[in-house]
This record gives sequence, C-alpha cells and structure tokens, in this order.
Amino acid sequence: MADPSRVVLEIRNLTLRFPTYGGAVHAVNGASIRVDAGERVGIVGESGSAKSVTSLMAMRLLPEGRFEVAGGSVALCGRDILAASEKEMVNIRGRDVAMIFQEPLTALNPTRRIGRQMLEVIRLHRGLSGRAARDLAIRLLGDMRIADPEQVFGRYPFELSGGMRQRVLIGLAFSCEPKLIVADEATTALDVTVQRQVLHLLRAKANSLGTAILFITHDLAVASQFCDRLYVMYAGAVVEEGPTAEVLGAPAHPYTQALLDALPERAAPGERLRSIAGSVPDLTAELSGCAFAPRCAQASAVCERRPALIPTGSDGHRAACWLAAKAVQ
Amino acid sequence: MTHSPLLVLDGVSVRFPVGMDWLGRPIAHVHALNGVDIAVEAGEVLGVVGESGCGKSTLANVLTRLVKPTAGSLAWTVGARQRLQIVFQDPQSSLDPRLPVWRIITEPVFLREHRTVADLKRLAGDLAEQVGLRREQIGRYPHEFSGGQRQRIAIARALSAQPDVIVLDEPTSALDVSVQAQILNLLADLRRARGLTYILISHNISVVRHFCDRIAVMYLGQIVELGPAADVLARPAHPYTRLLLDAVPEIGRSLDAGLAIADTELPSNRRLPAGCFFRDRCPFVVDGCERPQSLAPFAGLTADNHLARCHRAADLVEDIV
Ligand SMILES: Nc1ncnc2c1ncn2[C@@H]1O[C@H](COP(=O)(O)OP(=O)(O)OP(=O)(O)O)[C@@H](O)[C@H]1O
Ligand SMILES: Nc1ncnc2c1ncn2[C@@H]1O[C@H](COP(=O)(O)OP(=O)(O)OP(=O)(O)O)[C@@H](O)[C@H]1O
Ligand SMILES: [Mg+2]
Ligand SMILES: [Mg+2]
Repeated sequence: MADPSRVVLEIRNLTLRFPTYGGAVHAVNGASIRVDAGERVGIVGESGSAKSVTSLMAMRLLPEGRFEVAGGSVALCGRDILAASEKEMVNIRGRDVAMIFQEPLTALNPTRRIGRQMLEVIRLHRGLSGRAARDLAIRLLGDMRIADPEQVFGRYPFELSGGMRQRVLIGLAFSCEPKLIVADEATTALDVTVQRQVLHLLRAKANSLGTAILFITHDLAVASQFCDRLYVMYAGAVVEEGPTAEVLGAPAHPYTQALLDALPERAAPGERLRSIAGSVPDLTAELSGCAFAPRCAQASAVCERRPALIPTGSDGHRAACWLAAKAVQ
Repeated sequence: MTHSPLLVLDGVSVRFPVGMDWLGRPIAHVHALNGVDIAVEAGEVLGVVGESGCGKSTLANVLTRLVKPTAGSLAWTVGARQRLQIVFQDPQSSLDPRLPVWRIITEPVFLREHRTVADLKRLAGDLAEQVGLRREQIGRYPHEFSGGQRQRIAIARALSAQPDVIVLDEPTSALDVSVQAQILNLLADLRRARGLTYILISHNISVVRHFCDRIAVMYLGQIVELGPAADVLARPAHPYTRLLLDAVPEIGRSLDAGLAIADTELPSNRRLPAGCFFRDRCPFVVDGCERPQSLAPFAGLTADNHLARCHRAADLVEDIV
C-alpha cells in the first residue's frame, strides 16, 4: 500500500464530460492515476483516450465552464483540486505543480524576449525580482546546458531551435521547485539526439530536487527508457498499469499487446503494419462493458460487463481485462 | 519504379533576417538552408531526418512556395508543382478554428471546383473514416479534438485534393502507434494505387526505415548523407548519421546506453562554421576537416547512389561493416 504522505497526485475514478451541441462527450470514464514523490510515471495509449484532459485536471487547466466533472476526485499533495478556488489554484500551479506542453512555440509569447518571460514567471511564483531573479533564470538555463545563457536571454522564441525552446520551458518548469511536473509530449518535437539529452537533463534535475514527473507520450521506447511505472489508457480509462518493464515486457491487456504489435520495427520494411481493426468507441454514448471489446480478438460474452483493474500476479501490475483475471486463478 | 526526376533542387539556400536596426536593416541572418542539392524521383518515398532546427521544415516550405530560396533553384516537371499538398508539423496552428471539420477537410476541393454541400460532407466523411476518425465527428470544430485527432484532420485535408506529391512534416508523431500504422498503411495503399510521391520528414527512425525508399540526413541546413534507406541505416557513412542512430530509443534499452552525451550546445546557424559543419562535434576529426566537404560517393559503398559529405566516409563505413 502506498504511504499517503508520499503521494503527490491522486486522481481517483475521475469521470468528466464535455457538453456539446451534439450531446455530451464522455471523455474521461473512471480514470485513476497515482504519482508518488520523486516517481517518473508514464501515460501511453490511444489518441483521444483523454491522456491530456486527465493530466490537465491535475492542475485544473481545462477552460472553466466547458466541462463537467460527473464523479471522482483529484488530490494534489493532499489538497482537493476540484474544490479549490481559482485563487488557490494560481498558487498551487506556481508552487506544487508545473506543466511542460508539447508545442513550445505556443507556450511562449512570440513577441517577447526569452529573458523577460522567464523573469515574469519567476517573479510571480518565487517572489524574486531584480538581480536574484535574473541569477536564478541564468542558472536554470545553465542547468539545461544552454551555452551562453546571457545571450539567449535577449532572444525571441522563434530565434531558437525547437530543442532550445523546449529546454527553456523545462528549465522554467523547475523554477518553482515543484513537487510534480506534468510533461505532455514534451520531447515529441525533438530529434532523437536532442531528445536523449533533454531526457537526461530532466531526469537529473528531477532526481536532485525530488520532483515527480507525469510523462505523457506516444513513444513506447521513450516511455520504456524514462518511466518507472506506466498507465495505458483507452477510451478515457486506464486499461493496464504497472512497472514499465512488466507492462511492455509482459502486457496483460489485449490493447497493450496490440499497440506493441503495431510498432513499425515489428514488421519488415514495406510490409503492412498491424493496426488495430475497427474504430474507437463513440464517446457521445455512455460506455457499457469493456470499451475495447468490439476490437478485441479475444472478446467473449463476459466482456459485456466492464472489468475492474485486476492484479495479474506480479507486484503492482494490473489490467482491466477478464482474461487477466482468469490467468491469475 | 520510374526514375524520372519530378523535382530537382540545385544549391537551394534560405536565410532569414533577424533583428532590425533603426533603419530597418537586419542585424544578422539565420542560415536555415545552406546549399541543398537533391533530385526527387517520381513515385519514391524520400525520408528527411536530422537535428531539430537543421532546416527540414524550411525545406518543406520551399517546396510549397511558402518560402523563397535566397539562392539556388528548383526545377519541377510540368504540372507537378500544382499537385503538391503539405501536412504541416503543427496541426494546432494550421487548422482554421472557425470552420467545422468537414469544411477544413474539403477546403482544397472547395477552392477548386463547385460541389454541393451534401457532396462535400460525404467526401469529408469518407476521408475522416480512412484516417480513423468517426464520420459523425465532422460537424465539430478543431478545438474539440485531441492533438492526434487534429493531426488526422490535417492528413485527410491533404488527401482530399487528390495530390500527386505530398510533403508530410512529422505526420505521425502525435499519433498512437496503432493509428500511426493505419495512416502509414493508407499512405502505402494510395501510393500503390495512384503512384504518389512522398517526402516524409520525421524524427522517428523506425517509421523512416519502414516507409522510405531513400533517406536524406540533414545537418545545419545541408544534406550530409543521402542514399537507399537500408544502406544509410545499416552502414551510416557520416559521423552525424552515426550519432543520430545511436540515440534512437528502444524498448528495454537503458537511457544511459550508447555514446556519452556531449554537453555542448548545438551549433549556431547565425555564423556558419568554416570547413565541415559537423567538425566541432565530430569524434573522428582529423586534418582536412577544416576544408569544406562535398556530398559525394565514397570507396566501399554498396549502393552507387549512397553519398556522404565527409572525406573519411570510406574509413568510417569500413569500420562498421
Ligand atoms: N473541448 C472539448 N469538447 C469536446 N470534446 C473534447 C474537448 N476536448 C477534448 N475532447 C475530446 O476528449 C477526448 C480526450 O481528449 P485528449 O486531448 O485528452 O486526448 P489525448 O489522449 O491527449 O489524445 P492525443 O494522444 O491525440 O493527444 C477526445 O476524444 C477529444 O475529442
Ligand atoms: N521565420 C524565421 N525567422 C527566423 N528564423 C527562422 C524562421 N523560420 C525558421 N527559422 C530558423 O531556421 C532554422 C531552421 O528551422 P526549421 O523549422 O526548418 O527546422 P526543423 O529542421 O524543421 O526543426 P524541427 O525538427 O525542430 O522541426 C532554425 O534555426 C529556426 O530557428
Ligand atoms: Mg494529448
Ligand atoms: Mg520542423
């Protein structure tokens, strides 16, 4: 059992909808995700499975009034995020949790110099100004191995390469020494050499500060290299979770297995790739039963009931699949 | 496969002015492309890989006429240029937020020919299904979609124009691997059926290995290695290609495996280095690297169209085989 004092983020059974003209979109359907202090936790899964929406709720960053929470809870360092006032959230966002978005260009204001933007964040969240703020900013850039930080300070975002911008944002995310950093596809836009460097920097800095990282990615290889534990999501719910090596090495849910089978390195060049037949469920209807069953080769009558996450036998590894339950017995 | 070049780039260079003095003159330039020579064959899939900021998207923008070369030329076979579509790297900014998805997808058709709304919606629905979206979703707006779903809208839009050439700038990096497989299969089918030519820019080496006939490796605005995909990936001749391949993540391989990570900052494209552009980071540097290098065949190659911009290419390849 997890020591409650070490839990940084606890999302429990979150159910969330977007009301639209065409009816409600049931985006999150009972997702539970936990991140402990200093842990690196990955979320992988289907495009549209609510990885971004779920993790944005850790900071309550979805536009107010556009969504409805129908059930569940979100706690950050023990505090109820769903009940916090917007004013409290501003503090929490600066102090306990920071976010690195996929597209660094949209996260930075294109018309203002890098240095000014950094100083603003540092003033807001750390209450530092003048010399002290500047020193911290320069040190953060240096930590991210940006050569000549003084000079980068005076540049505009578009004058930096994608990799440099992303390192600026990662440095900035650490400026308030948060307990948790949410990184949504933070290295996707980087080439593999820069990506490797950035992952190293992220890991080293997080280790030295004890920061936990919630790392969302489509790249199973990167998840394998970077994350201690993994959640696999499908249709707004977690279908498998466990230590990364277990989940990717001995997947217990047919969806996880199907994802691995679809990797291009599992087919000869030019050969057809194995995508998952069928289409993703219609989220405007409420889901009943296992959401993956219509596309699952091993589906049977029991799949009309929705399976809970069932332990597979090895430590902390669980799958929401009746087959996993049978395998244990 | 036919071997008539569809498009020939000759010494294409692009530089962007940065910063202005009080007379409105640029203070400096960013040298995004520095002499790109390549002939794209009709019907081939050309992969373009390279470091962030090395000029891949700028190259794509040159092909689509969004950016004019500062030097060098492009020669197209007749008509080919009109039948080119691009899927941009960042779908967030390339989809008009005010239009419903069916309008976005059929925009190229809408601009070209007169069709009824019902007809356009039917076409949009068909394309949406081909890229793994649901037909019912085409009345929604871009912000109601996830990152990967928006990427697929952009791909459907490019397909609606029935192009002959498609430039794909990181088309699958926002997609899960199953949708990625579906899209790559679809692109392969279209190529077989209609003889399409693709220029695929990607950071994902597995995708490039799977999908491309030829690979161009770029560094600091130049092609540093060019050849058949299998040769370049199995027998990289340029030290930068080696560095790149060494960093490819693999399931189960530790982040710490492979060559040591250099602490150095990436090279600046404000002031271009003299001689070989990769010299400062190259572990194999010797006398002679201070001279400019040309993209050329080398001794010991196994495919005669395998070129590298390194005077030591022959030694380096031998040392791998
Ligand atoms: N404002 C909105 N209105 C209606 N539906 C929405 C809205 N925002 C998101 N959705 C839907 O919620 C679902 C989850 O979206 P989310 O962005 O979390 O997916 P994701 O797992 O991050 O996908 P990707 O891997 O493609 O980024 C999607 O089906 C999306 O269409
Ligand atoms: N409009 C512009 N003004 C100034 N510099 C620019 C402009 N557009 C691009 N650059 C610069 O040109 C260089 C090449 O950029 P480009 O976007 O082509 O790189 P890329 O290879 O596509 O990188 P990535 O893999 O990160 O997408 C970069 O240094 C970039 O900062
Ligand atoms: Mg997302
Ligand atoms: Mg680019």
